[in-house]
Amino acid sequence: MTAITQSTAHREVAARDTRFSDELRVAGMVWERELIRYTRNRTRIVSGLTQPVLFLFVLGYGMGSLVGSTGGFNFRQFVFPGVVAMSVVMTAIFSAISIVWDREFGFLREMLVAPVSRTALVLGKTAGGASVAAVQGTIMLALAPLVGVHLTPLLIVEVIALELLMAVAMTTFGVFVASRIQKMEAFQVVMQMILMPMLFLSGALFPLSGLPRWLMVITRLNPLTYAVAPLRQVIFAAQNMSPAAQARFAAGVTINGYVLPIWIDMVIVTAFALVFFTLAIWGLSRTE
Amino acid sequence: MTGDQAISNDLGDRPLAVEVQGLTKRFGDFTAVDDVSFSVAQGEVFAFLGPNGAGKSTCIKMLCTLASPSSGSAKVAGLDIVTRAKAVRRQIGLVFQEQTLDDQLTAEENLRFHAVLYGVPRDQVDARITRVLELVALSDRRKALVSTFSGGMARRLEIARGMLHTPRVLFLDEPTLGLDPQTRALMWEDVLRLRDEEGVTVFLTTHYMEEAEQADRIAIIDRGSIIALDTPHALKAAVGADTVSLETSDDASALALLVAEGYRAEATETGITVFVEDEEAAVGPIVDTLGGTVRTVRAHRPTLDDVFLHFTGREIRQSHGDAIPMMARAFGARRG
Ligand SMILES: Nc1ncnc2c1ncn2[C@@H]1O[C@H](COP(=O)(O)OP(=O)(O)O)[C@@H](O)[C@H]1O
Ligand SMILES: [Mg+2]
Repeated sequence: MTAITQSTAHREVAARDTRFSDELRVAGMVWERELIRYTRNRTRIVSGLTQPVLFLFVLGYGMGSLVGSTGGFNFRQFVFPGVVAMSVVMTAIFSAISIVWDREFGFLREMLVAPVSRTALVLGKTAGGASVAAVQGTIMLALAPLVGVHLTPLLIVEVIALELLMAVAMTTFGVFVASRIQKMEAFQVVMQMILMPMLFLSGALFPLSGLPRWLMVITRLNPLTYAVAPLRQVIFAAQNMSPAAQARFAAGVTINGYVLPIWIDMVIVTAFALVFFTLAIWGLSRTE
Repeated sequence: MTGDQAISNDLGDRPLAVEVQGLTKRFGDFTAVDDVSFSVAQGEVFAFLGPNGAGKSTCIKMLCTLASPSSGSAKVAGLDIVTRAKAVRRQIGLVFQEQTLDDQLTAEENLRFHAVLYGVPRDQVDARITRVLELVALSDRRKALVSTFSGGMARRLEIARGMLHTPRVLFLDEPTLGLDPQTRALMWEDVLRLRDEEGVTVFLTTHYMEEAEQADRIAIIDRGSIIALDTPHALKAAVGADTVSLETSDDASALALLVAEGYRAEATETGITVFVEDEEAAVGPIVDTLGGTVRTVRAHRPTLDDVFLHFTGREIRQSHGDAIPMMARAFGARRG
């Protein structure tokens, strides 16, 4: 009987210990599932784009007329990197938060009772969230010509790399929050209380210079600030801006008059990602 | 009859799939599973029968290493559930009371995901998926999104998934909850086919009597304790014999006639009760013996309801408190 011999073969496999390659395979599968769900859900792709597009045009033109332009550089061009960041952040958080849905619909249990490590699950989830968020952010780049932002192949590569880093950080953060949330309603509250303030106080939508002191302090304490700034810095570096425009629409984070180089921003974001990656594993270990 | 006599757990030297010794689970002062001991032989279909809140799910969760015992010990597939938890998980298939499929994925994608979680070798994944889908007669829905499945189909897909990594023991917690009778029957066909073709041990919980009837052996669990354990046949026999109740035009002479023929019979308030080996076979001869004097005949074989009533003094149906919300949840989760 082939069925019987086949079964025995499986059992020997089942009896051995889990290997590193198995863990990677699991992470890969979790990642693949995120991609499948993303591509299958057209409304999510579209709704994930509408909000940033709205911000780009409403703020860009509405505020733009107030702000005016300096040396041929206007507010739409300024806000564009922030809006790209916004779409990355929101997609990453939505991706991560699907854990709450998975909990509600039971699939989380299928993953948690399997003989695999939480690390593999969080790794796959993070990779998945980061991938779809970077894709979403990159789709936004298609709007660059419309608002007068020049793109070069090198710039696109740099932007994607920074989007990935930002997305990884926000996904780990989202997975951690989701691991501590039991109900979908609580997620709405988290969005209102954490995500929106984080976005608005990150310098995504306004320059970080010349702010009132309290606002300056808050923006410098917000980790998202350090994810948005490098994106804007690399985009601006390719824009051929006049010194006056560079001064008016400052891209980098300044602390006590010192402009943080991009690599420090990236170290801060990486540290944030590592902390929340660890917390996310811990958070998921505490749920049955 | 004392509780101990009702528990017959002699499996001879058959290899054991599950061995449980004094397993106990306490939540604070409340004891959900109270010093439970039993064994399940390999290849058996074993049912936990008990009302809601009896402790069935809690017991299954301990055996599946999802909850740790307060005291006692158990082995599943020869592995200790506490010290070898991860190894145990690789050897078991699990189907929960609540659904755990991703309904935005297809049946095949759900199965593929599971195959990876349980380390099914790459070169065997496709063959296994084909095989388990055949076993639950869902081959034609392989590429369909689970969101298009009926409740019964989703349940059967879960059973297929539970079998995908060729577990030694398949645990099914209330597998037919909320399913209509036809689907329930189909699912039972699936379960028995799995046992016969894959040699898996099936451990299930239920509060449906008709369902427990299909198992090789039943443990009746109430308030955390096993109060009876045996084959369905033996449990019913323990409660009492089959009876044929009669009303006749002249009960006194009918009774005399039956006793003269060698029947064990007695007069009751409404007529005569005859105690027989097999009610179905006995009705014909009894009616023949009494000729035209018979007015009504009622044959009765003890059911598991009688068994439950006998051992607990209550009917199982009385304690169904949360069956409806549970069903609503199972369905609610599907629609979402
Ligand atoms: N995590 C828990 N904390 C406290 N009580 C629990 C918990 N899980 C189950 N119980 C209680 O244990 C009893 C048995 O529950 P359960 O095993 O789910 O019963 P069944 O599956 O037989 O319906 C119930 O009274 C239930 O309320
Ligand atoms: Mg239960």
